[in-house]
Amino acid sequence: MALSLLSMQRISKAFGGIPALSAASLQIDAGEVHALVGQNGAGKSTMIKILTGYYRKDAGDIQFDGASFDVESPQAAQMGGISTIYQEINLVPYRSVAENICLGREKRRFGLLDWPAMYEDARALIARFNINIDVRQPLMNFNTATQQMIAISRAIGFKAKLVIMDEPTSSLDEREVGVLFDVIRQLKADGVSVIFVSHKLDELYQVCDRVTIMRDGQSVKTAAMADLTQLELIAAMLGRDIAQVSRHTTAFGDRTFQYQSGPEAPLLKVSNLRAGRKVLDVNFNMRRGEIIGLAGLLGAGRTETARVIFGEDQRQGGLVELNGVAFNPRDPADAIAAGLGFCSEDRKLDGIIPDMSVAENLTLVLLPHLSKAGIVDETAKAKIVETFIARLGVKCSGPNQKIRELSGGNQQKVLLARWLATNPDLLILDEPTRGIDVGAKAEIQSLINAMAKDGLSVLMISSELEEVIEGADRVFVLREGHSVAEFAHKDLSEQAIMQAMAYSEPATTAAGAAS
Amino acid sequence: MTQSITPTGSQGISKTIMNGLGRHGVVLALALLLLFGAVRYEHFLGLFNISTVLRYNSMFALVALGMCFVIMTGGIDLSVGSTAALGSVVAALLSPYGVIIGTLGGVFAGLVIGCINGLIVTRLRILPFITTLATMLAASGSALLLSKNQSVSVSYESGFTELGQGDFLNLPIPAIIAGVFYIIASLVLNLTSTGRTVLAIGGNEDASRLMGLRTDRIKFLVYLASGGLAGLAGVILASQFGAGQPIEGVGWELFAIASVVVGGTLLTGGVGSVGATLAGVLLLGLIFNILNFENGLGWISLSAYWQSVIRGLFLLVVVILQARLSRPND
Repeated sequence: MALSLLSMQRISKAFGGIPALSAASLQIDAGEVHALVGQNGAGKSTMIKILTGYYRKDAGDIQFDGASFDVESPQAAQMGGISTIYQEINLVPYRSVAENICLGREKRRFGLLDWPAMYEDARALIARFNINIDVRQPLMNFNTATQQMIAISRAIGFKAKLVIMDEPTSSLDEREVGVLFDVIRQLKADGVSVIFVSHKLDELYQVCDRVTIMRDGQSVKTAAMADLTQLELIAAMLGRDIAQVSRHTTAFGDRTFQYQSGPEAPLLKVSNLRAGRKVLDVNFNMRRGEIIGLAGLLGAGRTETARVIFGEDQRQGGLVELNGVAFNPRDPADAIAAGLGFCSEDRKLDGIIPDMSVAENLTLVLLPHLSKAGIVDETAKAKIVETFIARLGVKCSGPNQKIRELSGGNQQKVLLARWLATNPDLLILDEPTRGIDVGAKAEIQSLINAMAKDGLSVLMISSELEEVIEGADRVFVLREGHSVAEFAHKDLSEQAIMQAMAYSEPATTAAGAAS
Repeated sequence: MTQSITPTGSQGISKTIMNGLGRHGVVLALALLLLFGAVRYEHFLGLFNISTVLRYNSMFALVALGMCFVIMTGGIDLSVGSTAALGSVVAALLSPYGVIIGTLGGVFAGLVIGCINGLIVTRLRILPFITTLATMLAASGSALLLSKNQSVSVSYESGFTELGQGDFLNLPIPAIIAGVFYIIASLVLNLTSTGRTVLAIGGNEDASRLMGLRTDRIKFLVYLASGGLAGLAGVILASQFGAGQPIEGVGWELFAIASVVVGGTLLTGGVGSVGATLAGVLLLGLIFNILNFENGLGWISLSAYWQSVIRGLFLLVVVILQARLSRPND
């Protein structure tokens, strides 16, 4: 048994009464690369932010390097030997590499900055990673991978014993990932421990020794990477027992969709869609009145695909056909005019208008239809608002209550109503039940079911397996920007979907491992 | 990853009162100031004084109205002061051709600046602050070029001065013009889809675009309107003082921003009121008026520069109140 460097025991933390962590634990050995994985909301970020002093824990105990560790600020954590490399590199782009490395522990002589000593120091730190750059150049002259090396050098300069890397590879290409992994192995050889957070499973297997899997604010499993198959890892992440498949844990009814055979073109057909870094080759189709599930791990390109279909991002290749005709919306307004709706994943970021009322939030999309010569017909508006508040069971003090005062579930209902009121042909729902309580979740699921029965076609993106398995007529699985599998409702099983999510093409693995 | 969920449910009564104060505070302050003046000074509520205050402040009211809409979308328009100066010069130069041509010319000059602002902000995606800072300099330079760096006398024969100096039904014509625009603006904001879209953009621009709202079109329109209103303010300036003033308008943009903010409109956008902006203009304008009356009593002699100090203090107090009272949850 190796020496333990960090031990976080029974850590709990709640935000506004909602627990984010309940008695979670994490133990890191000296000189170990440890993967930390989990779904969105599993508690990884909270755990790391407590360790690095951004949040204070409510309960629990942290031992680091043989002593109790309880810091109040990220600066204190850094001084204590824990450094964090963020996904978005947070260094100062206009200042030199040396300044970035030495910022906060500048070398001085007679009270003035000792530039030669700092350049020398920076050069020595960088040289450990076999890269040779001019440390007097501004940071922004270098590519992302090099900047990451510089960030790591800075961490080492602070004599870090533990380096936390939060999705460090998300903006790197394959070759750069190889370089980063070399650096991680170098760190390990020097006895520095690394916590590695990533959603790319192949990478975890390449570089990590052990893994801790988090779910619903708890650590559900810690194991050596070698003892865990990808399937087992995903199963633990999603909270599924591979052997046991339970039916009907959601409020979706039985899907008994009958395909109308006939010459009719599919409602939506997506072929070889390519856009940005996340959507590489996506193919799927949907028929009128169908609920299609898009499954995949975080970063698989599901949301990005939806944004392209909705005209918010532009495609770089491939074809989208709506009712058999090529469909290229320039912006969401085009897509809405064509009968689409899009309920986005992050309510706060691009869903609600917080300072506007429930009624306003519900009717903004409809305004052009509710206005005569630009003047809003308040009577018609009030009627629609009243109808949908009643139909969806939105709990609010009245249509004029500000939407930010509502609970997450009720906000989501208002957003659903916003689109249902436009009477769309195709509604895209991105994580329709994320972050809302169990009761509201069931209501929204049965609502989606009822809408589809009335003939609405739904494209549902969900990270919850039950939701896509029980809710969808067919499911397409995306993996790193490619559609890799299609399942009809009768063939759906959690195991099959997880297998498709986890399956890695040999070529990808080989390319990554070559580093 | 972990969402912090804002507490829901009913707000406390005290919080509701505080929210109300934050929003209607400017009206209350205006009422108190009027009461103070009416009790203390003999001619404060006399027709002459009211008429003078309204006539002079209607220019600022027009500029602040345009600014109010820009700020509600989450933007800013620093060019309004220079645009008013340019408008006054253009109007003065065209004044021999009559009040209509002079007015249209001044407003057109303002619309040109507003159009440039709108196009740069929406098409080139340059920040409004930078864009309007640049056009502020350009408009100021254009005004100086056109006027050859001196004030341009208006034609008194053409009746151009009637616009700024005349009365209609005992009310100053500039005040009537400003009043009409405020009524129209209030209707647009509260009753039309354009008005709702203005607030939606300021509240959450990403969400607005995903809802298919024509965000760029509306943003273009608010900058266009702001420019046009500033041009109109310039026309009134030229007409009222009998000359196009290329170096007037300095600091008007800041006065306009101050009025809008005192009126409770959030600088981050999404929340705002036309009526409260007018109250903000009058509140800041009355401070100057009351200072004059106070000096007139003969007990003290405060320099006119004190008005800026007092206005500054008012602005600070209001912003602090807004920050502390209105949005305790965020």
